[in-house]
Amino acid sequence: MRSVHALAAAALLLLPAYDVASAGEPKQGGILRVYHRDSPGSASIHEGATFSINVPFMPVFNNLVLFKQDVAQNSADSIVPDLAESWAWSNDGKKLTFKLRQGVKWHDGKPFTSADVKCTFDMLMGKSQQKFRQNPRKSWYNQVEDVTTNGDFEASFSLKRPQPALLSLLASGYTPVYPCHVSPADMRTKPVGTGPFKFVEFKANESIKLTKNPDYFKKGLPHLDGIEFTIITNRSTAILGFVSGKFDMTFPTEVSIPLLKEVKSQAPNAVCVVEPVNVSTNIIVNSSAPPFDNIDIRRALALVLDRKAFVSILYEGQADIGGTMLPAPGGLWAMPKEMLESIPGYGPDVNANREEARKLMQKAGYGPDKRLAVKVATRNIPIYRDPAVILIDQMKSIYIDGDLDVVDTAQWFPKVARKDYSLGLNLTGNAVDDPDQSFYENYSCGSERNYTNYCNREIEKLFDEQSMEKDVTKRKKLVWEIDRKLQEDVARPIILHARQGSCWQPYVKGITIMVNSSYNGYRYEDVWMDK
Amino acid sequence: MFAYIVRRLALMLVTLIGISIIIFVLLRVVPGNIVDILFDAAGFVDPTDKANLEKELGLNLPIYQQYLNWIGGLLHGDLGYSYVSEKPALQEILPRIPITARLAALALLFSASIGIPLGVLSAVHQGSRLDYTLRVVSLSGLSLPSFWLGLLILMASVSLFGHMPIYNPNPATWTEAFAIYAVPAMAVGFRSAALTMRITRSSMLEILRQDYIRTARAKGASEASVNYRHALKNAILPVITVIGIEAAFLIGGLIVTETVFNIPGVARFLVEALRWRDYPIVQNLVMLIAVVVVVANFTVDMLYAAIDPRIRYGD
Repeated sequence: MRSVHALAAAALLLLPAYDVASAGEPKQGGILRVYHRDSPGSASIHEGATFSINVPFMPVFNNLVLFKQDVAQNSADSIVPDLAESWAWSNDGKKLTFKLRQGVKWHDGKPFTSADVKCTFDMLMGKSQQKFRQNPRKSWYNQVEDVTTNGDFEASFSLKRPQPALLSLLASGYTPVYPCHVSPADMRTKPVGTGPFKFVEFKANESIKLTKNPDYFKKGLPHLDGIEFTIITNRSTAILGFVSGKFDMTFPTEVSIPLLKEVKSQAPNAVCVVEPVNVSTNIIVNSSAPPFDNIDIRRALALVLDRKAFVSILYEGQADIGGTMLPAPGGLWAMPKEMLESIPGYGPDVNANREEARKLMQKAGYGPDKRLAVKVATRNIPIYRDPAVILIDQMKSIYIDGDLDVVDTAQWFPKVARKDYSLGLNLTGNAVDDPDQSFYENYSCGSERNYTNYCNREIEKLFDEQSMEKDVTKRKKLVWEIDRKLQEDVARPIILHARQGSCWQPYVKGITIMVNSSYNGYRYEDVWMDK
Repeated sequence: MFAYIVRRLALMLVTLIGISIIIFVLLRVVPGNIVDILFDAAGFVDPTDKANLEKELGLNLPIYQQYLNWIGGLLHGDLGYSYVSEKPALQEILPRIPITARLAALALLFSASIGIPLGVLSAVHQGSRLDYTLRVVSLSGLSLPSFWLGLLILMASVSLFGHMPIYNPNPATWTEAFAIYAVPAMAVGFRSAALTMRITRSSMLEILRQDYIRTARAKGASEASVNYRHALKNAILPVITVIGIEAAFLIGGLIVTETVFNIPGVARFLVEALRWRDYPIVQNLVMLIAVVVVVANFTVDMLYAAIDPRIRYGD
């Protein structure tokens, strides 16, 4: 079994979305023109929580380590050195030491040293005097006790307990190293990095321009002279721009399945791929208030879901059904199919599931003559609203009459945080395909993003157990058990995992769309244009 | 005439003060502020960070204090800082004004230069095939939403010419420079051209039935002289009113047109700023639009007075 998994993993590792070898020697020069879906709030990756920031600004920076950019599946095996030359774990797994590259310069000419590493992570952990205006991933470093330096070119992370997944978190596009000498405010408007491209300008609602860093420490890179992002909020205009050749590439993973057909029909030579984005569409249930404080009603809700109908209506069949973790083959940690189908509500016989759901509803006192009326809250954005409408329709079969309650974006999280909802439809994105990121963030007692307040101390112990486990096979089994338990507890019923399309012109080479995250693959140092 | 101008100016000032209060209050009545939006992107709300950020941006101050700070700044030429870009609001707004102004001027020019002559033609040839055709065109102009028309134009130019006339800050040729403004101006000006045409037509029809037109004809004036010198001069008053009102309404059309043609003007910027609840940008932009509308109305009033000596307050 292990060898089969190893073979599958090897096959995926060799599955970049584009085969660079077949494209010949990279040519130098050219400006890559990409449209951007919206105007990011700032240029500071650490202060953002949307890949609208990662896509244009990841090329400005380097991490300590990075997911290999031409490997489509992010995993521990695809992590490569970036600003670090090498790394080593201590025997007890509580200290991670990085040897840093020498001679690296920030874009303003100042030298990069270990002090910059310490500064960055002290700020992320909230330990430094300089503060980020927002620090959405502070919890990623909960197990880091301290970051220390040894001379200018060595930095160590001391942990409270072993956490092998820390390396994956450090390899994310969300974890660049910032310069000590530039304030967080300046990083929001004029970011300074060590990366392959230098920041030129960011005109809100207009464009973002980057130019080649001629002093980049990776010799011969980048191939492009620059990257220009034109901000186009209207999807139709953006797609027409790509089709007419005004852009070399669409915004990554932003082309919906129906739009992809349009692109392919109008630009048949365009290279298009559809990949999972590791964003799940799920239901949040307020279990601290009636009627969903009743476990029978929650279970009935989990049983009513016809996930295939959601996938078929919303994604024309191109989405995945799974638990919390992203399903295979893109995802690394998902339960095997047999295990998934043994969970209530995941079985193939929807009618039988619904029959069982109706019995549970009747047990709770509801039936054809006494229907349960609930409001289904969701954000007023189509990707939220559309599945909410389907959910309302499906719930009718188990005596639940849902009423759509669309909430303005500015009010959505404050409303959810106040627990001012009964039932909600939500989307959850995962930056790193690792259980540590997903479990602690979404299901841990007291976590800010645990919207349903699900709290199970027994599962919490399992979270820690899997987090400390070094053996990947053992860890996977623990993760499967946790995921099964989360679904059985109706903690946050997962409806589907979305897939989205990305397209580029045939002369653009070296693009790899990641298959298990949409946050980590935008360094663009290997991208070149064959024209 | 002097008293008339003074009265109009005083009315303008009162209107602007009223508008400033309405804008300010309405913006704060809308649920959520920039801090909520920023935390929305983070997927959670940290109450301490939220309070710190609100303090940093001055959102914790009483609303009247915020208003006085804004007006005080305005009087000193300080429009504040954009919450999103953290740049001075003036620096964000100024470069966008000429873009929208050019677009709006071209749209109005298109509207007047197409609408007035066609309206006259339609009235002069009332009941003819030409009249019916022009009336159908004007009706369709009133019914087609400008965003739909804009998209249609974009699609047609991509499929016919393989080219798309969306905004480019550095156009290579003058034809490209002209196209990036003229095409969207036509898309947004089509509706107002249709309206101008209909108003011109009905106004002309009324005037053409007047006694003095018959007299002019009896005196042997040429048809062109009757239509354009005698009739149009008197028929133009309601048309000027409509063009003035259209100038104010144009901003609504420009929002969608700037979005569809990706033009970085003030109209699209306003929508984005509203989405982010970027108060300094929204307040100042809406105020700017209000000033434009009020000044346009003032200009129309002055034109009235200049064209028709009967319309002079107090005289």
